[in-house]
Amino acid sequence: MTDILIVEDEQAILESLEFILTRCGWSVGVARDGEAALQAVMRFRPRLVLLDIMLPKRGGLDVLKVLRSNPAFAATSVVILTARGQQYDRQAAMDMKADDFITKPYANGDVVNAVRRILESQTFSAAHA
Amino acid sequence: MILSPDFVILTAVGYVGLLFLLAYLSDARAKSGNAGFLSSPAIYTLSISVYCTSWTFYGAVGTAARSGLEFMAIYMGPTLVFVGWWFLLRKLIRIAHSQHITSIADFLSSRFGKSSRLAVLVTLIAVVSITPYIALQLKAITTSIQTVSVAKGTGADHLATLDEVTLALGVAIGMAVFTILFGTRNVDAREQHPGVVAAIAFEAVVKLLALLAVGVFVVFGVSDGFADIYARAVDAGVRIHEAEPFGSRWVAVLFLSACAVICLPRQFQITVVENSNEDHLRTASWAFPCYMLAMSLFILPIALYGQTTMPPGSNPDMFVLTLPMSTGHDALALFAFIGGFSSATSMIIVASIALSIMVSNHIVVPLALRRAPRSDEAGEQRDIARLLLRSRRISIALMLLLGFLYFWLTQGSDALAPIGLISFGGVAQFLPAMLAAIFWRTATMKGALAAISAGFVVWAWTLFLPSFDTFSPVVADVVANGPWGIRALRPEALFGMEGMDPLVHSVFWSMLVNVSVLLCVSAATGQNALERIQAPLFVDVFRRSASLQPRILRGSATTSELFFVAERVLGWNRARALFDTAGVPHRQTAQQQGVSADFIARLERELAGSIGSASAHILLTKAIAGDAISLEEMMQIADETQQAIEYSHALELKSQELHFTAQQLKEANALLKELHQQKDEFLSQVSHEVRTPMTSIRSFAEILMEPEGLTPEQRRRFISTIHNESVRLTKLLDEILDLSALEQGERDWENVPVDAEDVLDQAMAVCEALARKRLVAIESGARAGNCIVLADTGRLSQVFINIIANAISHNDAREPVVHISSRVTQEGYVVDISDNGSGIPPLFRKKIFDKFVRAEPDGTPDSQGLGLGLNISHKIVGKLNGRLELTAGALPGACFRIVLPVWQGVAPEAVRENA
Repeated sequence: MTDILIVEDEQAILESLEFILTRCGWSVGVARDGEAALQAVMRFRPRLVLLDIMLPKRGGLDVLKVLRSNPAFAATSVVILTARGQQYDRQAAMDMKADDFITKPYANGDVVNAVRRILESQTFSAAHA
Repeated sequence: MILSPDFVILTAVGYVGLLFLLAYLSDARAKSGNAGFLSSPAIYTLSISVYCTSWTFYGAVGTAARSGLEFMAIYMGPTLVFVGWWFLLRKLIRIAHSQHITSIADFLSSRFGKSSRLAVLVTLIAVVSITPYIALQLKAITTSIQTVSVAKGTGADHLATLDEVTLALGVAIGMAVFTILFGTRNVDAREQHPGVVAAIAFEAVVKLLALLAVGVFVVFGVSDGFADIYARAVDAGVRIHEAEPFGSRWVAVLFLSACAVICLPRQFQITVVENSNEDHLRTASWAFPCYMLAMSLFILPIALYGQTTMPPGSNPDMFVLTLPMSTGHDALALFAFIGGFSSATSMIIVASIALSIMVSNHIVVPLALRRAPRSDEAGEQRDIARLLLRSRRISIALMLLLGFLYFWLTQGSDALAPIGLISFGGVAQFLPAMLAAIFWRTATMKGALAAISAGFVVWAWTLFLPSFDTFSPVVADVVANGPWGIRALRPEALFGMEGMDPLVHSVFWSMLVNVSVLLCVSAATGQNALERIQAPLFVDVFRRSASLQPRILRGSATTSELFFVAERVLGWNRARALFDTAGVPHRQTAQQQGVSADFIARLERELAGSIGSASAHILLTKAIAGDAISLEEMMQIADETQQAIEYSHALELKSQELHFTAQQLKEANALLKELHQQKDEFLSQVSHEVRTPMTSIRSFAEILMEPEGLTPEQRRRFISTIHNESVRLTKLLDEILDLSALEQGERDWENVPVDAEDVLDQAMAVCEALARKRLVAIESGARAGNCIVLADTGRLSQVFINIIANAISHNDAREPVVHISSRVTQEGYVVDISDNGSGIPPLFRKKIFDKFVRAEPDGTPDSQGLGLGLNISHKIVGKLNGRLELTAGALPGACFRIVLPVWQGVAPEAVRENA
């Protein structure tokens, strides 16, 4: 089981995220478009998905919708990453029960903190389940 | 005391001399501005009594003797008009004053669009109708002179040898000279003659006193009061004719006399034109009927007494003279003669003045104007004023000549009254048109013209022609059997209407035809512009103030041209005064100067006062080259109904316009909204495109800020990424600026004729390095060789490089090839750049030229596309009047085709305008 799946079509960003999160000790998988993301989620069963919105083939919000409609992935947390900082994107993401929303460009620490917070709360919930 | 013919004539001449002196003094007094008594209601009322001519003076007694109470109808008609219809007269006066009307012909013509045709028709009819009337006066004077002198039996006298005709000719000549001296001494701006009016008023007093004197003499001198006369008449078996005392003929006479007091040219002249104050009508409306009552007071007793005492066969028309003479009261007879002479002369003077004004204004002046060139030679300037005077003098002479001829031709008829009624019947034809003129707004000129013509023809056929039957056997035959034996057309029994009194018959038919034609033709025809303008000025004269005068003439006349016109008609002094008060210079300076429409309208009114509205209009129209009535001005002055219609129409147009404008605004708003949304989207996309490289730059920069644990390899790689992303960012910003410049229209864009092949070669050379790096082969296919197009070299090069670079960068084939070919076709210069890659997915083909559209996913290795390049190229080619399109080319992949128009040698400036 992988901790985090990064879904991002920009090579440079994908590379940097992978480096940061790996350095923090999490296991990381990657996907470069919406379709690949859904397959990767099934295969890796990540605890958390870092999901870009502007993706080839299938948009990030669409991926989120599929995930949330499937009870099998109810426990999978999703953090939206986007370069489009509009309010309605954030609102749409929150309505679809994304766990967090991070606007590009971001400070590396913001991503790491968000991921850590969510993963720890998952652990806490699991412990008290 | 002896009444020799010499003495009688001498007395008459002396009396005329007295009148002349009176007129002269009155004129002088009026000119000095101290009219005083002259412009009093009394003088006005007395002058109206010009209605009572020698016909009433002598003829009323004759009529009473022959037809009983019929004579009363002659007085009743005017009485009804003055008492019951004074508002109609007041309207006529108000209109005449506001429009400077000079005659009844002018009145009708002015109302019906200043029509010259109508003016001429009315003038001719008036002349024909009044001719018998003037003949009647000549007859009365002649007969009375003969009666006073021949009755004395002074056979030795040389005058007695003169026959009636010669005497009448002499009287006519004398009257002509007298009238010319009287009425045409000058041409006044307003056709008013205070001197003549004063003389007429004086004559009115004389004739009333004379008739009263004879009456008092008959009733109280030789008889013992009214009762005595009636008793003696009964004893002598004298009976007043009683058949149908108030029958159809009585009604016809009543109607005709009512018409006459409005329509007779001399009555119109005195009552309307010479009126100096509208309020005088108030007095006249009761005083004039009283005057007529006094005139008629003794008619019946005189007629009865005459028939009782005079030998059978005596002319009852002359009882007024013969009764005093038979009792030896020669002085009274002479006074009575002077009274009769007064009645005749006053009628002749006023009638011939009125007719001469009509003839000269409506026939002579228009002819002169039409013949005269627009501006005369300076040496040949003919004063219109002089022309007017001369033509008036000639027409007065002509009128009396016509009167004499009529008298000569109809001398067989003894009675005075029938001749007068013929005249009344003629002028009565004006009445329907007159009433329509002031009460019926939509009556048309054609209607009036047709009605008056038709009525006149019927009158001439049924009443005028039969009056010649004693003179001409041909006429007598026509009267008896109809023309060419057609009995239905017999003048006195049209369509078999036999047994009717000829007068009633004529009035019935002429009025029936006249009124029906007026109604039908007016309803069937329309008014022209001038009629539409004039009609409300007449019909609604009480509702309009003088300031609402139409301003219909406007144009290019210079002040000196106008002054020239004004001077010719009004004379230098009056023209000068008119121009000075209006503040218009009368001598033209070097620079052209316009004249206000108000001033021209005022000038037209002033001129109309001298030469009639139709002539004034023609004259000014000739003077003002641009005689047009502009549509706007016409609308401005159109009558109220028209204005209301216009207004509502305008409102409708306005609301349609508003609706249209609202529609346009809506569309503009929608467009703006769309543009706004596009701009939002563009900004959002730009923001996204900027944020993406920024994200990696920031992220790697942060990583590098804590370099512990990084391998040198990692460090170098991260720094390299930061560098690449920075380049990408810069390029993006450059493209955005480029796009913005293109969209706003670039200033330093310069189209010049260039060889597109050279530009293409250079672009290929530039891309050579990139192709080598990507291991892409560039194939040059068939080439046009050279082709001149009109373009900005830098921009054209940019397009070629962009598309070739795209073809190189996005080629995903294993052995990538880019094929470039060019040719010149009918469409122009065509360049195809194709590759053997996988091509553009169908989904993207439509919007490949939009902003930020890329056919391949981000993250493709070495992807440099930012989605703006093709959009920019597309815009540039569009600006060069060419087109950039995606097509099928030599290779299986994408093929971009650029088509540019070949330069035809057009001047570069013209094309730059297009660009």
